[in-house]
Amino acid sequence: MSTIDPLRDEDFGARLTFDRGAPGRFAVAVAGWDGPVVPEPPAGLLRETLALPELSQGELVRYYTALSRRNFGVDSGTYPLGSCTMKYNPKVDDLVAGLPGFAETHPLAPVEEIQGTLRLLHELQGYLAEITGLPFVSLAPAAGAQGELAGMLMVKRLLERRGELDRRRRVLVPDSAHGTNPATATMAGFAVTELPSGADGAIDPAVLERELDGTVAALMVTLPSTLGLWEPAIEEIAARVHRDGAFLYGDGANLNAILGRARFGDLGFDVVHLNLHKTFSTPHGGGGPGAGPVCCTAELADYLPAPVVVEAGDGSLDLVRPSDTIGRLQQFHGSAGVLIRAYAYIRSLGLAGLRATSANAVLNANYLRTLLEGHYALPYPRRVMHEVVFSGSRQRNPGDVRTYDIAKRLIDYGIHPPTVYFPLIVDEALMIEPTETESREAVEAFARAMIAIADEAARDPELLHGAPHNAPIGRLDEANAARRPELRWRPQSI
Amino acid sequence: MPDPGGAPTPYIPNTDADRAAMLARLELTDLDTLFDELPLAHRDPAIALPEALAEADLIRLLRDRAAENGSGGRLSFLGAGAYRRAIPAVTGQLTSRSEFVTSYTPYQPEVSQGTLQAAFEYQSVVCELTGMDVSNTGMYDGASATAEACMLAARATRRSAVALLEPIDPRVADVVRTYAYGANIRVDTIPADADVAGALGDEHAALVAQQPDFLGGIRDLAPLTEAAHAAGALCVVAADPFALAMLRSPGDAGADIVTGEGRDLAGPPGLGGPSLGLFAAREPLLRQMPGRIVGRTRELHGPPGDDGTPGAPRTGYVLTLQAREQFIRRERATSNFSTGQSLIALAFTITVQALGPAGMRRSAERCYQAAHAAAARIDALDGYAVLDHGPWFQEFLVHAPLPPAALTRALAERGIEGGLDVSARAEPEARDASLFCVTEATHVRDVDALIAALIEIGATA
Repeated sequence: MSTIDPLRDEDFGARLTFDRGAPGRFAVAVAGWDGPVVPEPPAGLLRETLALPELSQGELVRYYTALSRRNFGVDSGTYPLGSCTMKYNPKVDDLVAGLPGFAETHPLAPVEEIQGTLRLLHELQGYLAEITGLPFVSLAPAAGAQGELAGMLMVKRLLERRGELDRRRRVLVPDSAHGTNPATATMAGFAVTELPSGADGAIDPAVLERELDGTVAALMVTLPSTLGLWEPAIEEIAARVHRDGAFLYGDGANLNAILGRARFGDLGFDVVHLNLHKTFSTPHGGGGPGAGPVCCTAELADYLPAPVVVEAGDGSLDLVRPSDTIGRLQQFHGSAGVLIRAYAYIRSLGLAGLRATSANAVLNANYLRTLLEGHYALPYPRRVMHEVVFSGSRQRNPGDVRTYDIAKRLIDYGIHPPTVYFPLIVDEALMIEPTETESREAVEAFARAMIAIADEAARDPELLHGAPHNAPIGRLDEANAARRPELRWRPQSI
Repeated sequence: MPDPGGAPTPYIPNTDADRAAMLARLELTDLDTLFDELPLAHRDPAIALPEALAEADLIRLLRDRAAENGSGGRLSFLGAGAYRRAIPAVTGQLTSRSEFVTSYTPYQPEVSQGTLQAAFEYQSVVCELTGMDVSNTGMYDGASATAEACMLAARATRRSAVALLEPIDPRVADVVRTYAYGANIRVDTIPADADVAGALGDEHAALVAQQPDFLGGIRDLAPLTEAAHAAGALCVVAADPFALAMLRSPGDAGADIVTGEGRDLAGPPGLGGPSLGLFAAREPLLRQMPGRIVGRTRELHGPPGDDGTPGAPRTGYVLTLQAREQFIRRERATSNFSTGQSLIALAFTITVQALGPAGMRRSAERCYQAAHAAAARIDALDGYAVLDHGPWFQEFLVHAPLPPAALTRALAERGIEGGLDVSARAEPEARDASLFCVTEATHVRDVDALIAALIEIGATA
């Protein structure tokens, strides 16, 4: 198999920009000042040295081009990272987000000067309200985790206004939840109670019943769950939570499964965050930027994070601070460049396209389930939604092959590994989300690779223990990285 | 739009024939049965969305929306937290390589060395500019990074209040208050003219100072860090990283945590987002830090040579110190931070490295001189005055013969984005003033146009 790294024989990673080039080289011509000169500030306020690399433009471009070739993206191949919805990112969305009329606007420009962007954002708020069935929306959060924080602070503020915050100090989180859920509840000042999932992977109504004692602020639910499963009792759960006076928080990370099929608001959720870089296909950029809008009922609307876009009677648009807002989450108005991409995505698909999206995402996941069933352990052997969670437990014997090894071996087949060891309640978890943008052939090719690896695990475990064999670099010493942290370039590190 | 039986959208490959074969394997006849677990009463609800658009129509629609925005961006003197910088062409070109754009958070280092090594470059650049020992890979924006710094300070000192030193960006203060509401931390403000040491008590976890401050002034940070430390608090400096090419690094002046807004060096303002929050700290705070951190390490085994014997292990990069993070530590994590601003951090890094040490310094000095030259020209106009309040970098306070709001409107009528109305602020020098900004990207002809407009406006005021 061919390598994707042209510099494979060199220890490429050992030499950073700082170790390349030569003093006096530069990559871009910068004008000095040739007008009247005033004295600089006192020397005590000034910097003496600035150690930065000195490369010619060509050297810099080759370095970062080489880096890009040591990366795998959705454009490189199948990227079935469960819970992350790594679908293909439409190129036209990047193009329109970069239009100078959008890109050059200053965040503090008078609103009359930014009506075009505000109109778009206002429409996007409306689309997300329609899609979630929750009519009030703020686009302010920068990413899903910040959207979660917004939602939980909104719940906190409402409880405070009701005089119930002193006694409602707990937030319930299923043990299958993303780590951001309990971390967010803590950041919002609540104590977390973890709910053990039932044998079917769903929330156990008896466990919930036991915990709802008037001290609970909210239950946080990911729908479908991180096991890729529908929550069959969700309406009863919502009713029970509300009867106790608590709120139902929705983690919308898995919205791709139910786009156009069911709405959080109709099911009884009070507040939900979305991840636009997942469901609405804004590219993930190697770890952001994303956007994490928060959608809620009328009861919580006054507390939405600032700003929201509001249309006046004359059709003009304004950035408004909700009356009892939890405040700002970012200095300005949210990740406009990401929001424009999500807007373009929704406009390019329409409702029929969004429904086709969820249908094909779910179909691909279930098709994959049937292709791999029998080769890997399937802890919850039933119909799934957008993703399917297998276990590598069967491969442990006799050769002690771990899920970790299976993931690394997939790299040799030119496929990005799925999410591994999550959710935590599944032993040796392999969480696979093909998404709707993979073809039937691509899903089959992925299954063939996984089956071949299962066969290798039985025949030649050492092959897997040493994988990957065809990546730009082999397995790295992560323990050493944490034990002796080397976190920045230093001259002596050459 | 799609052909009957064909693929439903350009992004979904499966045709009816594919779906029929797949459903057959699932022993299903109908796609909709995949959703039959969803409650019937709420299944397939009516959802009002516009019809799908063909690509060319979509581009046309978005061009029209973009054109609805005014022309203010071309002649702009607005700063106040978002600055128009001269961005090298290589920044956008390299950042748009799809291997960077379409990858996820680098959970699999063997196929993510590009993202990881670039993040290590970023951490190195941020440490150098700020004078700090360690940096994370970036946070949402400067304001939320400053809020996270306050949370860290409260954890590290086990104290329950923070103090913000005026003049500080009111939007940054707002974000700090939002996070502080969650953590039940009190937020105090210290007036610009107050005795800082006297204002700090043993309840304060941090003193937060902005550099340059919100009204443009260059601070002497050393007395502030001393006052904070004397009170047993950490000193957090929210700095403009571009200005740091010229100014003494906050670390050199004794700061414990430095935050900052990196968006301006990554690309055009884009209505202020997506952004990039710099977050760097002294080494002892490392394990309290929020966000992702990339570390350098080596392969466990070197690559096999031609004769099959292993060679020397090669250098590589990994996400590290993850025991701080939400996906491991859950409710005891240092933050809920997950998806960040990786691509913006890449753009920031490339800009700084393309400019290099000489280019960064020259750009910052040009910014300083251009702003001072423009201020002098405005100050010389009849009826106008620029306030002299000590050393400043790129922003200055203008008093005009008409109120700030009226000045903004009069300039907008002439196609110019004027300074920010700061007349509502508490500082006496801000009374009736507008905060104007001139950077290295402001052309001298732009300033000529501003001067001509100010003369015309002044004559009719």
